[in-house]
Amino acid sequence: MEKKGTRDAFGEVLCELGRENDKIFVIDADISASTKTTKFYELFPDRAFDIGIAEQNAAGIAAGLATTGKIPFISTYAVFGSMRMLEQIRTSICYPNLNAKIAVSHGGLTPGNDGPTHQAIEDFGIMRSIPNMTVIMPGDYYAVKKLVRKAAEMYGPVYLRFTRDSIPVIYTPEDEFEIGKGKRIKEGNDISIIAIGDMVYAALQAAEKLNEMGISAEVIDMHTLKPLDADIVKEAIDKTGKIITVEDHNIINGLGSAISEVVAETGKGIVRRVGINDTFAESGEYTLLLEKYGLDSNNIVIKAKEILRL
Amino acid sequence: MDSYNKVEYLEKKAKELRKTIIDMIYHAQSGHPGGSLSIADIVTALYFDELNIDPKNPKWEERDRVILSKGHVCPAIYGALAMKEYFPYEEIYTLRKINSRLQGHPDMKKTPGLDMTTGSLGQGLSVGVGMAIAAKFDKKPYRTFVILGDGELQEGQVWEAAMSAAKYKLDNLIAFVDVNNLQVDGCCDDIMSVKPIVPKWKDFGWEVFEIDGHNMEAIVKTLEEIKNVKGKPICIVMNTIKGKGVSYMEGVCKWHGQAPNTEEYNIAIEEIMR
Ligand SMILES: Cc1ncc(C[n+]2csc(CCOP(=O)(O)OP(=O)(O)O)c2C)c(N)n1
Ligand SMILES: [Mg+2]
Repeated sequence: MEKKGTRDAFGEVLCELGRENDKIFVIDADISASTKTTKFYELFPDRAFDIGIAEQNAAGIAAGLATTGKIPFISTYAVFGSMRMLEQIRTSICYPNLNAKIAVSHGGLTPGNDGPTHQAIEDFGIMRSIPNMTVIMPGDYYAVKKLVRKAAEMYGPVYLRFTRDSIPVIYTPEDEFEIGKGKRIKEGNDISIIAIGDMVYAALQAAEKLNEMGISAEVIDMHTLKPLDADIVKEAIDKTGKIITVEDHNIINGLGSAISEVVAETGKGIVRRVGINDTFAESGEYTLLLEKYGLDSNNIVIKAKEILRL
Repeated sequence: MDSYNKVEYLEKKAKELRKTIIDMIYHAQSGHPGGSLSIADIVTALYFDELNIDPKNPKWEERDRVILSKGHVCPAIYGALAMKEYFPYEEIYTLRKINSRLQGHPDMKKTPGLDMTTGSLGQGLSVGVGMAIAAKFDKKPYRTFVILGDGELQEGQVWEAAMSAAKYKLDNLIAFVDVNNLQVDGCCDDIMSVKPIVPKWKDFGWEVFEIDGHNMEAIVKTLEEIKNVKGKPICIVMNTIKGKGVSYMEGVCKWHGQAPNTEEYNIAIEEIMR
């Protein structure tokens, strides 16, 4: 299986956007080599600003640029982009509904051996609870290319989350994505697996394993956490009535919670959530951490059996 | 120990610490050698001479506290703790691996001898202010030492902490600034200059000393001198070289967060032990 870097895709599409539109600006906080914006600096030096290790200032500067019609992309790691600059995002960007984008690499457990200080497992929950904010995590390299472009084209604040480690390629360059619309990537009738970001591949693997056991699982890539595609969730409820959510995030407040909200208000259907069990993880290789903290296809299969009472 | 023997002893220990740092990062194939090597001398002077600590009793209430605010260079502290037998030396080879007590960034709940959890830059000095206020309140003689990077000074919180330390006259709080002139994306002066550093701390109400951070004699002498400061927090601005001790790493930005390969590792160890 081929793997490609989602942060590389971000760096590449950012340059394409920069070429097409001189309103695209980039603000970094001393980790541009790591968030892959370096090329943008070479191509458009007058629209790229590395303001140093000062994330709160970065968010404020982006807000100021956005008031004049520029489209700034703040580029940093997920922990800093969601938490260090949080109140600036909330009050200087989202409250006035300014057109600034926060694009972060190192989401979830992907910064593996850096450890919990660098693993953002709270950011989905935090970002989706801010009014006006759109929250997106693409499922692979090609999805990043399309969704970053869509985020640049829409008006308003967007939080875009990528991975540090490269992740399996599941799409082709021809696949299309729409912000706010889940993507059904595998049909099935017995159970619905709804996943986001780096967990979409694990969901596909689990569906294959279930298939071998005679269970037909559908897989939905819910790349947009907010606004959540309630329609596709309701379709799943009507079709299978059994939903498993999968996310590289705390079990609290992320995709599982968002989908549970829809299911609860619908009044039918069952949900099981796969995510990090409300604990800080640890240093270690990303794939080993996924296994240890239950973010793998085996655990999805276990949850599926639970819900199907097998 | 007379002062000549002390300096010689500490210089020998600093070599051992540098070797340990490189060993650890090489085995992990991950970590931050540059900024670990630039603070190796001050860390040696603290752990092998200055600090009032007891490795057998890491949570001793009267102990001096150390906060590594630039937490990414924890191999320097882990190395000192291993050499002081806070934990078995071989544990250094578990750095950054799953199930290890030595996390990629300092975790006070996991590693014996660590006084604070850090890794997100800019937060350590505020915590040091809290510890120093508590020491005054409890009338305890311990001191709190905080190690900061020069790039880290770009974080606004550092200056919020600096103001508060002066307001509360925390002469039991010592901040070291490791001026190695580099951060991740390049030279601090190019990315976002924090200079002039000495006048900034003076203006914020601190007693400031400026030293060559690789001159053990100067380090030892300054650690003596600061004991006379009363009524003000103390800042020691250390001019250093990022990657100090390994020629190909010295002053080279890419060694901020990169592990050496086998050939580079062998050269590094040979140069350090020379
Ligand atoms: C709040 C925060 N932003 C960004 C980072 C990523 N980061 C790790 S080290 C580093 C550069 C630190 O430079 P400096 O303080 O000069 O340390 P040194 O040169 O001693 O390594 C950065 C930006 C971080 N750890 N925390
Ligand atoms: Mg530095």
